[in-house]
Amino acid sequence: MEFQIIWFILWGVLWAVYFMTDGFDFGVGILQGFLGRNEGEKRTIINSVGPVWDGNEVWLITAGGATFAAFPTTYALMFSYLYSALLLILFALIFRGVAFEFRGKVDSEAWRKGWDAAIFLGSFLPALLFGVAFGNIFEGLPMDAAGYHGTLFTLLNPYGLLTGVLFVMLFIEHGALYLAVKTSGDLAERSGKLANNIWPLLLIIAVSFLGYTYFATNLYANYLNNLILLIVPVIAVLALLLIKVFAAKGNYLSAFFSSCITILMVVFTGVIGLYPNLIPSSIDPNYSLTIFNSSSSVYTLTIMTVVALIFVPIVIAYQIWVYRVFRHRISAEDIIKDSNAY
Amino acid sequence: MDTLELSRLQFAVTAAFHFIFVPLTLGLSIMVAYMESRYVSTNDDMYLRMTKFWGKLFLINFALGIVTGITLEFQFGMNWAEYSKYVGDIFGAPLAIEATVAFFLESTFIGLWIFGWNKISKKTHALSIWLVAIATNLSAVWILLANGWMQHPVGYVLRNNRAEMVDFGAMLTNTYGWLKFFHQIFAGYIVGAFFVMGISAYHILKKSNLDFYKRSFRIGATFALVSSILVIFSGTFHAEEVALTQPTKFAAMEAVWDTQKNAPYNLLVIPDPANEKNSVEAIGIPNLLSLMAFHRADAEIKGLKEFPREERPPVLPVFFSFRAMAGLGFIFLLLALIAFVVSRKDRLEFNPGLLRILLYMIPLPYLANQIGWIVAEVGRQPWIVYGLLKTSDAVSKSISMSQVVASLLGFTLVYGLLGTIDIYLLTKYARKGPDNDLSGIIKTERI
Repeated sequence: MEFQIIWFILWGVLWAVYFMTDGFDFGVGILQGFLGRNEGEKRTIINSVGPVWDGNEVWLITAGGATFAAFPTTYALMFSYLYSALLLILFALIFRGVAFEFRGKVDSEAWRKGWDAAIFLGSFLPALLFGVAFGNIFEGLPMDAAGYHGTLFTLLNPYGLLTGVLFVMLFIEHGALYLAVKTSGDLAERSGKLANNIWPLLLIIAVSFLGYTYFATNLYANYLNNLILLIVPVIAVLALLLIKVFAAKGNYLSAFFSSCITILMVVFTGVIGLYPNLIPSSIDPNYSLTIFNSSSSVYTLTIMTVVALIFVPIVIAYQIWVYRVFRHRISAEDIIKDSNAY
Repeated sequence: MDTLELSRLQFAVTAAFHFIFVPLTLGLSIMVAYMESRYVSTNDDMYLRMTKFWGKLFLINFALGIVTGITLEFQFGMNWAEYSKYVGDIFGAPLAIEATVAFFLESTFIGLWIFGWNKISKKTHALSIWLVAIATNLSAVWILLANGWMQHPVGYVLRNNRAEMVDFGAMLTNTYGWLKFFHQIFAGYIVGAFFVMGISAYHILKKSNLDFYKRSFRIGATFALVSSILVIFSGTFHAEEVALTQPTKFAAMEAVWDTQKNAPYNLLVIPDPANEKNSVEAIGIPNLLSLMAFHRADAEIKGLKEFPREERPPVLPVFFSFRAMAGLGFIFLLLALIAFVVSRKDRLEFNPGLLRILLYMIPLPYLANQIGWIVAEVGRQPWIVYGLLKTSDAVSKSISMSQVVASLLGFTLVYGLLGTIDIYLLTKYARKGPDNDLSGIIKTERI
């Protein structure tokens, strides 16, 4: 197989794993103010992702770094064309990360309220804007030989916004299920109930997205040429349905894993549809950035492949181990007793 | 100002801000890991309290270091798209490898360390902070190999309108990058060591938790002494490498205008760039500059006039930063030596003068790190990749003035706010002293 294709797959995997892991952090961050009825519950919600959010965020850094190393031209144009959107994502992520660490450091109601707002915006904005950015990539960016002909506001078109809302809903569902699994008592129950209640809305948005995609993008062309690929969106839909099946029975762990698979498959669905483009041009396909015209040399790709094949499995192994160490439910009582908690 | 100037300013602001937090992380992570190892081997609660106290300060600092690092990775694409296109084939690799082999390790195990106190065995817990410390330093390897490549590009050919990697080994063994790495980590250790000594000095002066802070001080002093010796050695080798590979930077560092053999080292110099000479040049030690650069008294030092004006870096910031950095380096060595001796003799509380100096010294190693990078980065100008690509050709073409003005303002405000909060929290927790309640840590061997 050509190295460009290997790296295209890896590129998709890195983004997919990023959204699967940091996705529940975003959901948890969005829900913190709504589900946490008192300080103990709010802290429980934050601490449920405390040990893992940082490691999750590195999947983004790695996805960015891999884009740079494997597809430098795409990295350069994607990041400079989407300048303002990325800037907002950056600020949001900066505030979220700092908020987790600083929130508990001063005993003042105003202080905590401020950081709670940072956690909400720092989770909601990236969730929305990553969706908007990917929606626009699916549609193609208005770019030609002269460069990019758009602004932050051209990104906020109906399809881009719908993709943004889809991401937000996916992550809220994901985060609610995570809280139903990780917290205990009343809080866990309310989280599970919320996951059940918002699921129909998620379904409606997901179906609209799949339908709108047919009109707004060229993503389905690859599937029509190669029907076997349809298995990926089919799994996505099945996993989405399974979320509800499990959640309705109160089996939130299985529902959470179904949600993981849904997110992975939604990202793969988009990425497969893009092939061989990384960013299509909406003006003229000749100006599309493909994995072939924007890639690094075969030499560089070979080295990066060796590095990735050795280290990515190691990373996955120790991250799974850390998840296992923190697999137990936490409660407000534990958090208050624990001087090490956020 | 245009997008180029603004982007340069923004990169300088964001990199400098990020670099307030990195050096302390490099040094303090190792000291905290050492303290926890001592706790594991001696079972002495004192070391556990040390780990917790210094660990808390470490984490407050670490949080901002992490989040401000993302900005830098994004900015190469956002503001320096032409650079990224031109050298991404070779420059992207170390950044991606850094994330994969180092940053994951650091970020995953810091979570385990913060929250794992009563969930994993004592040994595994100590191991996790060691992994964080190792990963932080490993991060520095890849970042500085990347920067070393910008300073002294190796292992590439120009093909397909860009620089393509042909020899990964050459990048891995780039002497320039490794010297930068060693010089940087020791400079970071000095920040950590003087931070620990300074805060300990504050408490010793107040006679609070005397035994605790005297022991902390001793760890800091040993670390400071070793690091300040090594930083001078690595710095000397580094300067030689600069003389060899970046003649314009070296000439600016020493304000040498005319090419000369048997170049003297002038202790007192005031450069006058407008007239391409030094307005003051006094107390010269014959042959010393030639000797320092090339180990030969008659070695030729290239002067700035040898190069066209548009290929010279700005002399004043490079020259004065270099002098100040080197001067500070010797002050650190002297103070570390005194602090080491006094703390070994257990005479700290009888030397309030020394303690006060060390308390107010805390910012100086930070300053030395910052101006060291001014020498490295301003000294490389007008090149973004020395001899290969000019900074002016590297900026993104698609970004507008208003975008960069807005982002620069945003960064300044956000970073200003967060920096202030960080200093406030560090001061608050440094003053507060160690937590004597260890009930949060259930000391079990294995769950």
